[in-house]
Amino acid sequence: MSVTRFPARASGPADRMAGFMAHLRLNGLGVGVADTATALAALGQVNALDATEARLALRAVCAGSEDELRRFDDLFAAYWFNAGRVHSGTSTKSNAASHRARSAPPDRIAAAGGHGRADAPDQGTGEAETRGDGRLIAARLANIGKTDLRDLVTPEAIAEAEAVAGQIAAAIRDRHSRRFRADRRGARLDLRRIARASVATGGEPIRLYRRSQPDRPARIMALCDVSGSMTIYARIFLAFLKGLMRSDLTADAYLFHTRLVRVTDALRDRDALRSVAKLSLMAEGFGGGTRIGAALDSFNALYARHAVGGRTVVLILSDGYDTDPPERIAAALARLKKRRCRIVWLNPLLGWKGYAPIARGMAAALPHLDLFAAANTLAALAALEPEFHRL
Amino acid sequence: MSDWRTLQSELATTGYVAADDLAMALHLALVLGRPLLLEGAAGVGKTEVARVLAQLRGTRLIRLQCYEGLDASHAIYEWNYQRQLLAIRAAAEGGVTGPGVEARIFSEDYLMARPLLQALREERAPVLLIDEIDRADEEFEAFLLEILSDYQISIPELGTITARTRPHVILTANGTRDLSDALRRRCLYAWVDYPDRRTELAILAARHPGIEAALAGQIVGFVQALRREELEKKPGVAEMLDFAAALAGLGINDLAADPVALQATLVTLLKTQADRAAVPTEVAQRLAGKAA
Repeated sequence: MSVTRFPARASGPADRMAGFMAHLRLNGLGVGVADTATALAALGQVNALDATEARLALRAVCAGSEDELRRFDDLFAAYWFNAGRVHSGTSTKSNAASHRARSAPPDRIAAAGGHGRADAPDQGTGEAETRGDGRLIAARLANIGKTDLRDLVTPEAIAEAEAVAGQIAAAIRDRHSRRFRADRRGARLDLRRIARASVATGGEPIRLYRRSQPDRPARIMALCDVSGSMTIYARIFLAFLKGLMRSDLTADAYLFHTRLVRVTDALRDRDALRSVAKLSLMAEGFGGGTRIGAALDSFNALYARHAVGGRTVVLILSDGYDTDPPERIAAALARLKKRRCRIVWLNPLLGWKGYAPIARGMAAALPHLDLFAAANTLAALAALEPEFHRL
Repeated sequence: MSDWRTLQSELATTGYVAADDLAMALHLALVLGRPLLLEGAAGVGKTEVARVLAQLRGTRLIRLQCYEGLDASHAIYEWNYQRQLLAIRAAAEGGVTGPGVEARIFSEDYLMARPLLQALREERAPVLLIDEIDRADEEFEAFLLEILSDYQISIPELGTITARTRPHVILTANGTRDLSDALRRRCLYAWVDYPDRRTELAILAARHPGIEAALAGQIVGFVQALRREELEKKPGVAEMLDFAAALAGLGINDLAADPVALQATLVTLLKTQADRAAVPTEVAQRLAGKAA
């Protein structure tokens, strides 16, 4: 095992632990100041000299979700067994940026069905670091060699798309609950409550209570096809997605071609350069073939469980050309539909004269859709607003 | 042996085989007095942890099953309005009015304690199981946060009720929706996964000691192979135990021997029509053959 060298000023366990917490925070785990104290307390309760025990204990304290749990072991190894590499406990600005770029949400890429997970306790140590560097290099290569999204998302397009996406997001979100709840300025009287309160005043309704239907905004999940056949629309759709992400903080965006990748965080990043770097990193295989069915399957398996419920609108932006058998799309949509969500399919080809949805995939999908509409330009998208209101 | 290993073996004596990370998280939750959030697929034994823990500690298990629309009056407390009204009526007929009546009807006699308040009023620290927290609304999460951080409840008419002892809180979630970061941060976290083969064999041996080793191996192998198939609902540990019980009840000693009986017992494992259709006799036989 390699010797871990700590910065000279790291004096005791508390300092090292603070450094570890900073390391986790830089890598996107939401640990707070109080967690450092908890972590130290936790180490006091176990045999902290045993690496496995310490790892298990710190993991229970620091990880807050399944996702973080899976990344924790690598981060743990990277910090405590860092193969002689010195981490500065506090990071400089540039350091922080590079860390954050690396910690782009782990592209949980469609290993649909494959449930293989490293159940075995840690075998490798320094591995995490090398992988981290590898991803950074890959990012640069992707920037040079593959589709460069810098050209695809121009400032003007973003501005226009943001406006359109904002309207559409508002139209989709604008929903009232069916239930009533107490509201001092509500439109209706709450007769039941008034009657009950009137008991105290001898049957005279003196205090009036009101109620209203509160807002129950719908959540938007956008799945955008970025395969070869969609290349010419990619510009509009990416700008649209970006606008959507900016205007609606609960929305989620995914790109798919032969795999599905979650791009919410990348699109929401205010730093344009970093956003592009993250996107390019994820957009490997951009402009290739399409496997809509497989992408929907992995959406079902990985994300829908958490994200899709009765108040969700799933927005699919695709032309419906697919290399999978059409039954797969139908089955995946049927499964998605069971989560009681609305499914909207925006097809750029529908804007063409004389287009009929005869692509087999598209035809198979039709029965499961709540809305099937054209979207080949931003204007067409904007025109859809009333449709979304009706949804 | 360290404390968490002790806990792990204590759990094993009650028939609960806990993986290392679960045992560690549970141990830390107990010694640090923090709530423990358990996530994982349905049927991996999240709720069971709480039950076993209560049994181990010899305390009460107080369970709050969450559902959409769960509110404070169902989770924390509610005044018994009917009794209050009757008391007012009775007092008025007896000629008593004024502050005396008010003090009486807002006393603990008229308070209906719901699970969260019950948990705070126990003499011995109970195990408080908040089941499927992700089904409750986000508003309820906010209530819960307040209680989990201070362990006290304020009732306007009575004042603040502070916990006599800190309950051991276990929350479970299935992933119906994402939980708020604030709640996640307040809790220790463990992900409960489907057990590996060795663990599952140990679970089976602990729960159904009568099943012989060869069949137990087949059962676990079969169920694990089934989980690798593309199914809507993967069979959990509870389903595996039902399956084993069904086989034992039918007197089957070899999975591959009787295709019809195997197919019939699949009702314990596959709970949707699509999954039944996905595992016809041939597939079941192939899996059983591999498991043997």
